[in-house]
Amino acid sequence: MNINATLIGQAIWFAIFIWITMKYVWPPLQKAMADRQAQIADGLAAAERGKHEQELAAKRSADALREAKEKSAELVAQAEKRAQQIVEEAKGNAKVEADKVVAGAKAEIDQEVERAKQQLRERVAELAVAGAEKILRKEINASAHADMLVALKQDL
Amino acid sequence: MSAEGGTLTTSGYIQHHLTNLAVCSDAAKDATGHCHGFWTFHLDTLLVSGILGLVVFGLMAMVASKATSGVPGNLQSFIEMVVGMVDQQVKDTFHGKSALVTPLAITIFVWVFVMNAMDLIPVDFLPVTAAAVGVDYLKVVPTTDPNLTFAMALTVFVITLFMGLKIKGFGHFMHEVFAVPFGLKLAPINLLFRIVEEIARPISLSLRLFGNMYAGEMVFILIALLGIWQLPLALPWALFHILIITLQAFVFMMLTIVYMSMAAESH
Repeated sequence: MNINATLIGQAIWFAIFIWITMKYVWPPLQKAMADRQAQIADGLAAAERGKHEQELAAKRSADALREAKEKSAELVAQAEKRAQQIVEEAKGNAKVEADKVVAGAKAEIDQEVERAKQQLRERVAELAVAGAEKILRKEINASAHADMLVALKQDL
Repeated sequence: MSAEGGTLTTSGYIQHHLTNLAVCSDAAKDATGHCHGFWTFHLDTLLVSGILGLVVFGLMAMVASKATSGVPGNLQSFIEMVVGMVDQQVKDTFHGKSALVTPLAITIFVWVFVMNAMDLIPVDFLPVTAAAVGVDYLKVVPTTDPNLTFAMALTVFVITLFMGLKIKGFGHFMHEVFAVPFGLKLAPINLLFRIVEEIARPISLSLRLFGNMYAGEMVFILIALLGIWQLPLALPWALFHILIITLQAFVFMMLTIVYMSMAAESH
């Protein structure tokens, strides 16, 4: 074990290698590692954010769904009400119409009855006349009536 | 395998494995051709550590230049895992702001780890290969050379000093040197304590790594001497050694971070 000038040579080597590491090895590696760390941190943050947003979206969609359901229920109720109204209205209208029709028919029937009565009345007169004629024809006795006819002739 | 060409003795084998490939001027050589004195260079330590460092940091720089913040490839993931682990340690321990601490810790951990990992290559493999191409000595684990560990520890020491001065300012730094822990009245004692502390740090830092790796290498060499019995022993020791090389790299890195944080924070 003897210390000699190798010492100086080794110190020079050591200094060279420190310089290489300091200038060419450590800074790029440190940068790459720090960048990667930042990227990973960003990625994790983004994932967290995405998760949060997804939760929010789920909540929003649930809200929207609930709202839509409420609205549709309301619409259905309204529609039902309206339908009922329409049915009621139709019923009313139908009744009015029916009444009208019935009244019309009644009036027509009355008219018809009146006309029939009229006709009957006319026919009754005729029949009465015909009956009377028949009766009269049977009752007429030329001899019995000759006096009257003679009298009539005399009046003329 | 002795370069001396003599008979292969046990101590000669061990000695050979523990000798660095040294180069120096002819004037510094002794009669047997071995180098002495300060101006000697351990070529194997310099080359192995340098090539390993260039390969591994070159690879890391290449991957880093193409690093994507999207889905990373296998290699990028692996490097990011290592670098991220080191960065986490720095973040846990060092609370100041400095562009230097993390790269320094990464450099230490990765470099020391790959140099220690040379220990897992069978002990004779590279030296014999080197001998075949005419290189007499080759000590393949650079961290078993105290020159390397001292160089690293001293570099860390210097960086720590400069960082302390830069972050605290000269006045505060000097005040801390003279007034902690006993107050200004006992300034000489404080200074002495500080000097002991500052000297003890790089020595313990470097000798810990050197001692662990040297001992580990020694055990590998001793196991290699057992003939056929090395087969059941080398594997468990290598497996155990994976733990040691990682742990030593981690300890060196961790202590460096701690020293830096102590330099940056007020006592």
